[in-house]
Amino acid sequence: MSAIGLFQPGPSLLHRAPAGAKLAGLVALSVLTVAVPVWQGVALVLVGVLLAYALAFGLSPLAARLAWSQTRPLLVILAAIVVFQAIVTGPERAAELGLTLVTLVLGAGLVTLTTRTQDLVDVLQRLLQPFGRLGLDPDRVALSLALGIRSVPMVVNLAQQVREAQRARGLEASPRAFAVPLLVRALRRADAMAEALVARGALDDSRRPGSDAAGHSTSP
Amino acid sequence: MTRVLIELDGVSHAFGDGAARREVLRDVTWRGDERRIGVIGANGSGKSTLARLLNALVVPSAGAVRLDGLDTRRKAKEVRRRVGFCFTDPDSQIVMPTVAEDVAFGLRRRLPKDEIAARVDHYLGRFGLAGHRDHPAHLLSGGQKQLLALASVLVTEPDLLVMDEPTTLLDLRNAGEVARIVEGLEQQVVLVTHQLDLVRGFDRVLVVDGGQIVADESPDAAVAAYRALMARR
Repeated sequence: MSAIGLFQPGPSLLHRAPAGAKLAGLVALSVLTVAVPVWQGVALVLVGVLLAYALAFGLSPLAARLAWSQTRPLLVILAAIVVFQAIVTGPERAAELGLTLVTLVLGAGLVTLTTRTQDLVDVLQRLLQPFGRLGLDPDRVALSLALGIRSVPMVVNLAQQVREAQRARGLEASPRAFAVPLLVRALRRADAMAEALVARGALDDSRRPGSDAAGHSTSP
Repeated sequence: MTRVLIELDGVSHAFGDGAARREVLRDVTWRGDERRIGVIGANGSGKSTLARLLNALVVPSAGAVRLDGLDTRRKAKEVRRRVGFCFTDPDSQIVMPTVAEDVAFGLRRRLPKDEIAARVDHYLGRFGLAGHRDHPAHLLSGGQKQLLALASVLVTEPDLLVMDEPTTLLDLRNAGEVARIVEGLEQQVVLVTHQLDLVRGFDRVLVVDGGQIVADESPDAAVAAYRALMARR
């Protein structure tokens, strides 16, 4: 199972709801969570979000696993923020902030878990259409969103490969021996992906990395 | 299915500038419209660049490449609508998070939604991926990823499919599966490969060496020429 909120198919009401409605719901949830002045109120909203997970995936270990996989990557940062806030502003404010963050992450995760990326991309494209007159390319922004989601597991995989190579060569303690090859591999992969996008007709040559202004590729 | 006339006219191509300049193709002139064309040669011989020329991924530094008269320098978009390209590493080619979304990607804004859905279902079934419809693409096996990459290209129904070493990263079983699929394709195919048995039965096989086509023969004669070339090294 992916740690990031990739679509999990299902027959629930939430799965069938339009992507636009779910995004609007997410905005409403964000406003509500931030507007509630006490931690007990935020906790109630969080319970509501967890119930929505149960609605989407049933009262099952899968629902719990999916909710956990959304929050797990956040735990270290969350703990640091909560401890800092507890010292500076007191425990109630720290609890409120911590619960707010968890609620928002779970809410956003639920939207991506129950919505196909293409449907989110379509909504984003529609929302950005008016900005086309200002020079913004809605297609390109929407494609960037899809590629961003696709790239997360790819970079995680590259990081695992680099880590293994590091271990094999006894260089585990060197952050540089991790960061440099990871960056190089990620850039190479990005270039290869750009080439694939061109081949699949989604980009024109003039904007492709690795091409000069005349469209000549500068790398083999 | 329509066959595409491929014409390379005095094609040279170099990467880099100054001291780093490396010429990978030198004054190549060739034409052909056979249904199955193989390209073999050593690493760095220029065969991948030759393949990329056909989809306008690489525009030649000198000379011209034409597909049915369409110059890749001026008509890249039209060329890519007719020529599909399959890369060695499917991970780079898969651009959408889930299997069905990636197959549908090439059809965006070309067809109505219901037609896209029907065509995607058809190709997922044809490539044995129907059960993986909504699965994250990155969790597929290497063989399934290459099948997905193939399905994603073929769903756009190109006239010509160019494949750059599609079986290099696959095990024997998956390589065999890809070879079987390629054999059954209606499309005209240009296949670049190191696996010499894949070009058996092809209409024409080119041997590329030092940036030039050094042999243009039947499969058996071309493979023999390639073996002789490697034996001399």
